[in-house]
Parts: sequence; structure tokens; C-alpha cells
Amino acid sequence: MDRTIYRELKATPSVWMAAILLLAFIGAAGLSVLTIEHHGHIITGMNNQIVWGLPHVFAIFLIVAASGALNVASIASVFGKKAYKPMSRFSALLSIALLLGGLAVLVLDLGRPDRLLIAMTTYNFTSIFAWNMLLYNGFFVIVGVYIAVQMIKGLSPKVVKTAGIAAFVWRLALTTGTGSIFGWLVARPGYDAAIMAPLFIAMSFAFGLAAFLLITLTLFKMSDRNFGDVLLKRMGSLMGVFVGAVLYFTAVQHLTNIYATEHAGVERFFLLEGGVYTTLFWLVQVILGGLIPMALVFLRPSRTSTIWASILVIIGGFAQLYIIIIGGQAYPLDIFPGYEVLEGFNEGVINAYTPSLYELALGLGGVAVALFVAGIGAKILRVLPTNLSDANVPDDS
Amino acid sequence: MSNRAELTRRDILKSGAAVATITLASGVTLMAFGGSDANATGADAGKRWGLLIDANKCAADCSDCVTACKTENGWGSHGEHASPETDVAWIRKVTLKDKQTGRTVSAPIMCQHCETPPCVDVCPTGASMKRADGIVLVDKHACIGCRYCMMACPFKARSFVHEDVTDQSVNAPRGKGTVESCTLCVHRIDKGRIPACVESCEAAGHSAILFGDLKDPDSAISKALLNYPSIALRADLGLNPGVRYQNL
Amino acid sequence: MRLVLALIITIFGLTGLAQAQNALAPNVPTATGAPHAEGNEYWRKNHMDLMRHDRDLTLREGERDIQASLGQCFDCHAVEEAGEPVTYENEKHFCRACHDYAAVNVDCFMCHRSTPSDNVLNRAMATPDEPNSIAAYLARLAAEADQ
Repeated sequence: MDRTIYRELKATPSVWMAAILLLAFIGAAGLSVLTIEHHGHIITGMNNQIVWGLPHVFAIFLIVAASGALNVASIASVFGKKAYKPMSRFSALLSIALLLGGLAVLVLDLGRPDRLLIAMTTYNFTSIFAWNMLLYNGFFVIVGVYIAVQMIKGLSPKVVKTAGIAAFVWRLALTTGTGSIFGWLVARPGYDAAIMAPLFIAMSFAFGLAAFLLITLTLFKMSDRNFGDVLLKRMGSLMGVFVGAVLYFTAVQHLTNIYATEHAGVERFFLLEGGVYTTLFWLVQVILGGLIPMALVFLRPSRTSTIWASILVIIGGFAQLYIIIIGGQAYPLDIFPGYEVLEGFNEGVINAYTPSLYELALGLGGVAVALFVAGIGAKILRVLPTNLSDANVPDDS
Repeated sequence: MSNRAELTRRDILKSGAAVATITLASGVTLMAFGGSDANATGADAGKRWGLLIDANKCAADCSDCVTACKTENGWGSHGEHASPETDVAWIRKVTLKDKQTGRTVSAPIMCQHCETPPCVDVCPTGASMKRADGIVLVDKHACIGCRYCMMACPFKARSFVHEDVTDQSVNAPRGKGTVESCTLCVHRIDKGRIPACVESCEAAGHSAILFGDLKDPDSAISKALLNYPSIALRADLGLNPGVRYQNL
Repeated sequence: MRLVLALIITIFGLTGLAQAQNALAPNVPTATGAPHAEGNEYWRKNHMDLMRHDRDLTLREGERDIQASLGQCFDCHAVEEAGEPVTYENEKHFCRACHDYAAVNVDCFMCHRSTPSDNVLNRAMATPDEPNSIAAYLARLAAEADQ
């Protein structure tokens, strides 16, 4: 077994092509932001009933996946699995990149993005949103330090482990904060559940690992590096466990709600009569993004099945966040229990939402920002190992 | 404070605190209604302004309160892309039918001016705020347009401005990209006037909206709340709203 | 020799600068009404701090009897064109006269109206004889209760 060697990406034509493609997406997002800024949110699909739309689905996905992408590094530093050690630098870098992409979408969708400075300087400490801003900024610093101590030569492994533990604890807090954005909304029947925090942590494990595998494999392919089948299958089955955890927390969330009569309406909406949301839930989130990936990695473990499972987990993840964020708002507030609303202002009805192209462009732009930053990082920093063939992966013992 | 150049910059910055102190100290004797300008010292922590809406007196076919609010605060006009879903609603009329008994009833719904407002709790910048006299407002100078308050409000009382606004009313500055809601006509209250919806309801001959100080046990609103049954919307949330309903 | 050269450069430089200032300096529209007690220089320098401080007092404390209110600026400073006060869209607007020159973008007028308003009712405290005053309203309620 060779010593792990980290090398920058070489500027091959395929790397250039990818960079240009990503920049095109970022440019399209920039244009749509300027257009939304000019006309106002009136040109988006969002309205005064569905106030958070597709951009938030992308943003929350990227933020959740960001903390999950760090897990590969945590498994190495905190839980001492040596096989994951060569990947931990890039894992940390990717988590920063994904968070950056997610926050970019979140910020650019604000009604007044020009006032970002106010958001950064004026804190209301009862707001979980304000806490999240601290958690996000802290994440950049802590994970930045974590990357640095991994890359500085001759540093004691204890330092790396300490930084790794700090980053791991921080990322758990961060995902708890992200889940609590929804979990602490007491007024809306679709939210108001403490289980949102652990659910989001399980989601981050699954989505983050899937994103890490797909992006790492792509970069390895582009730079002709070898990623061993055994290692890939091992990570695939870990992802399968995480996907199982997501399904478990989802099941508990819905079962708890079904048990309370007052929540029967919202559960009927999500699980039976919600139209697009019901379809997304059963078909995309549960079957396509949950059961099939688990079957693939546990029953037919192979290189191809792991890649397919990763893709499906990401698709299922988007569906799940679409249901949580938009479905949760589509279901009406119960302001007048026991009454039927004869006349009102979009009262007591399922609110419709059709995402606009601008929102899609903004969301995809966030993904492009994340991938571009990750690529630039891999291009200028020595974070990607040259060889992850199975013969070259360290034993855990 | 006639010549502010004579004050140092420090004094000017400090005078915010000074004014607040005066308010507290003079709160006992102050604010005889219709007093002179010298008596006006702003939001009074000794008061809590509220509304009591009697649904029995509210006519289903009347929307004078909504019209008056639109005129007073300058909302309700919309541009080419506007739809009912993107429209702003500071106050709205709802007509409800009891699912069990079939009884129908009408009432206006606006910001409920909660004692513990969820919108204030969730606002990341503190733009969503509650004045000393219980009026919940959006400080549009600090609002970044994140819409988290709209997610948190149990009454759907808040609206996001989706389009450019021009020729605003001097009573209520409002603009694209920020969130807004009923201000209880704070500009009127601070000058000793009743909210526009209360005035218009009285003028329409219904007097379904009773306005007053909830902290004053002798006020008409406090007496009505003491002597007759009333409800708070979403009372299960324990937010203690300043807007109450009778016969709903 | 060097001294003379320096002197010449200084003189030319200064006159050049003075000319440039004359040509480019903002054309401040003449205001009506009584001048500020503090003088123009003070207000030119401090209006932003004054207005920002007072807006927080007004909005958060409900303190409305203060000097620097945007609406009252228009009383004296509004610029008219064809008999109508110009909005912030027009580059003759008094705020833009200097702000365009200084390349400072203000966003006040995304929410505030940029022209004088006829609605000055709420500048003064209501008197009890006005029907929509709180005092008159409470008196009506009391009379009703007595009946």
C-alpha cells in the first residue's frame, strides 16, 4: 500500500468544459435574480400563500447536504475509520462548497438582498433564523480550520481529531437549526414537530453522502483516478443505512400526526388526497428515493447500483423537501376550527403553486455555485487523493 | 431641542433613551386625550391598544372597514401581473359557516397584535417588533424580505409586497420586497385618533369594532370583555392577542 | 527654478480644480420657508444621521413630534416642474440633486412617497371636538353606556 498522495485537478479540456457549463448556469441564475429584483417577486410562482418556493427547496437541500457531506471526514477523524481518511479533506471542502451554494440561493431570494448587511449585523436572538446565520458562519470557520489542520504537515493527529470533533458537533447543531426552522413553526399544521430536527439530521447523512459519492466519482473520472469498487460498495451500504433512517423518522413523523385527531386533515392531505404532494411522497420520496436505493445497495451491491442509488437518493431528497416546504404551506392554516369558510382571502383552501423558470434558474445556479466552488477547491488545493483503488485503501484496524 | 446643532452627536444618539425615560416617568399623568403637542410622547407602556369585534353586528355584505383601511394606508392597488394570490391584505372579511349548526357569521380579520407575537420571535433582524403599547409592526428599514414571519403567523395577517409601489400614502410607507400588515393605524393613535376601520364601521351604523385600552379596567373594551363571553382566534396557541371576537 | 515650477503647477492646479468644481458641482434647488436654525452646512453634513435617528424614534417609540421627518422636508424643498412636484424618478428631485453628484444611492423612496402630500391631518394632535379623535369616540361610547 502506498502513502496517500493528494494532488490538484489538472486543467484538462473536460475540466474546462465543466467549468464553462457551471458558469453558464451561474450566469443564468444571476440574470434571473436581476429580473426578479427589477419586477419583484410577482413574476415568480411564489405568492402571499406560498411564501417560500422552489429556491428554498434548492437552498435547504444544499444546506442539508452540506452538513452531510462532512460526514465522510467525521467518520475518519471522529470515529477512526482509516478507510475514509484519504477522502476527508475533500469531504470538508465539499461541505463548505455546498453550504455556500445553498446560502447564495437563500440570500438572493430575499425581498431585499441589498440589505444583507442588516441581516449580518442585526441579530434577534429569539429567531432560529438568526441563530442559523451564526451557525452557518461558524461552520465556514470551523470546517476551514479543519481542512487546514488536515493539510498542515507534521501536526499531531490529536489536533486533527479535536478539529474533527468540533466540526462534527457543529454540523449536528447546524442541521438541528435547519430542521427547527420548520419544526418550531407552531402555527402551521404541516410543521410544528420536534422530530424535524432528527429527521433533517438523517436526511443530511443520506443526501450528503449521495452528493459526496457522485461528485467525487465525477472528479475522479475527469482526472483519471481510481475509486475502488469495494470502497464504493461499502460507502453505498452506509448510505443505505442512512436512507433507512430517513424512512424511519418519516414514518414516526406521520404516525404521530395520524394519532392526533386534530392533525388528521393534514395527514390525509399529505398521504392520500394531496395530488402532486401525495404522488411525490409515495412514488418519489418513499419508493424511488427510499426503498429502491436500499434494495440496490443491499440486494445488488455493485459499482453501478451504488451510483444509481446515489442519484435516486438525491431525487428523493428534492421530493421530500418539496413536500415539506411547499406542501406544508399549501395546506391551509386552521384559523377557524369547526367552521367552513364561505368567503375569505384564500382561506381554508389548498393553495396552488407553480414554480417559474426564474426560480428554477436560481436554484440550479446555487447547485452550480456549489459544484464550481468544489471544483475550484480541488483545482487549487491538494485535497483529492490520487488513488483510491481498493489495494490502496487503508485498513480500519 | 429646537437647535440640534447645539447638541453633540452623542446627545442626539442618547436622546432616544431620554425620550423613553420621559415616557415612563410621565406615563401616569399623561395623555389626556386630545392634549396639546407638548403632551405627545409616543407609545405608552401603560396602555395596550386592542379591538373587540362583535360578529353579530358585522354585516356580511359590508366591507367598509376593508375599504377604509385601503384608503387610509394606500394598499390594494395592483399592477399588470397581480393575482388574488399575490394581493396584499392588511384586513380581510371572512364569512364562516358552522359545520355542525349551519349558522353563518361574518367578521374582519387583521393582525391580532399578540402579546407574544410569533412573527417577532422568528424575525432574524428584529424588523418585526412590538411597541410598548402592544402594537405589532414591521420596521421596513430593517426588513430583508425573508418572509419567515409570514410562515410563523397563525392568522395569515402578513403580506409580502410583490411589486413596485408608487405614490404611497404618507400615513403608511410601504414598498416592494418587504413584509407588511395592519398597524392598528399607529399614525392615527399616536395623534389621538381612532383606527380607520373603527371609524368606518361606526359610520356605517354597525359599530361592530370596539377600540380601546385593554390595560385600563374602566375602558369600554375592558368592561365588555369582563361582562360578556369573547374568544381569541387560535386561543390554543396562548398568544394573548389584542384583537378579540364576540359571537363568532 | 524648481520652486517657481512648483508654484506654477500649484496655481494651475488650483484654478483647474476650482473650474472643475463650478462645472460639476450639484445645482442645489432653492428651498422655500424659514431656514434651518442650525444652518445649511450642519444639515448638509448631518441630515442622514438625524433622519435615521428620528425614524427609529418614530417607528419604534411612537415619538412623532420631532424635527427631521421626511414628509416635512418636502414642505420647503420639493422641486416643481410644470406646476407639479417631481418624484424621485426625476433627476431634478432635490434629493437627487446632490445624491446623484455624490453617487450615493438612497432607497428611502422604495417605500416613502417622494412628493409632498395633501394629507397633513396626522401632523397635529387630534382635538376632542374632532369626531374621529379617541376622546370624542370614548365620549360617544360613554354616552351610549349611560342610555
